[in-house]
Amino acid sequence: MVKREVVGAHYGLRDWLAQRITALVMAVYSVLMVLVFIRMPALDYLHWKGLWGLPAVRFSTVLFLLSLYYHAWIGMRDIVMDYIKDPGLRLAFYVVVIGALICYAVWSVQILWGL
Amino acid sequence: MAKPRPKYLNLFQIRLPLPGVISIMHRVFGAALFLVLPLLLYAMQVSLESPRSFEALMTVLAHPFWKLVALGLVWAYLHHFCAGIRYLAIDLDYGSDLGPARASAWAVLAVSVALTLLIGAWIW
Repeated sequence: MVKREVVGAHYGLRDWLAQRITALVMAVYSVLMVLVFIRMPALDYLHWKGLWGLPAVRFSTVLFLLSLYYHAWIGMRDIVMDYIKDPGLRLAFYVVVIGALICYAVWSVQILWGL
Repeated sequence: MAKPRPKYLNLFQIRLPLPGVISIMHRVFGAALFLVLPLLLYAMQVSLESPRSFEALMTVLAHPFWKLVALGLVWAYLHHFCAGIRYLAIDLDYGSDLGPARASAWAVLAVSVALTLLIGAWIW
């Protein structure tokens, strides 16, 4: 019997699963937030600011956004892997995408906590 | 005799079936949503900054051009959402046969377009 060695970095299944779990988190959040928006008494600054000041909204939004950024990373990495063959260029794209997403994550927290 | 194989892939000669169209739209809309993230975060920041900046943002969003942009993003999000739910179901082996898979691809298109039109009618 030939013993076959499966090679690779073994991050495929983990990322595949992460893509789906983050998708579920975002889907649940999206539906809940649509319900919240529909029930808003009026769309003015006071109600808007009040809504995003609620701890439950703040924390669930941070969870949503972190899921989004992880999800976006896997998606963008798949796209880059599919279309960009040159290793140097590919690495450059990875760095830009990761850098942007880390900045967005910090910015998101700043926005939500009014820093 | 062996069938003649195409020597290159001409995108304009490939006729994708609907599930294929849904799939490439999922990818294109996903990439588009990634690219507009800074714009959305900026809008979020402006909306929460002060009553004055909130009103300024509302005025900008009332312009037909930005309404259309917003509606386009709503469509992208809804399509990515619906197609994503479809992929989750197919991963769990629900509707993975050819017939149901084609039907659900139609459903993704129909539901996301219908909801987008509904929201469009509401914001206009």
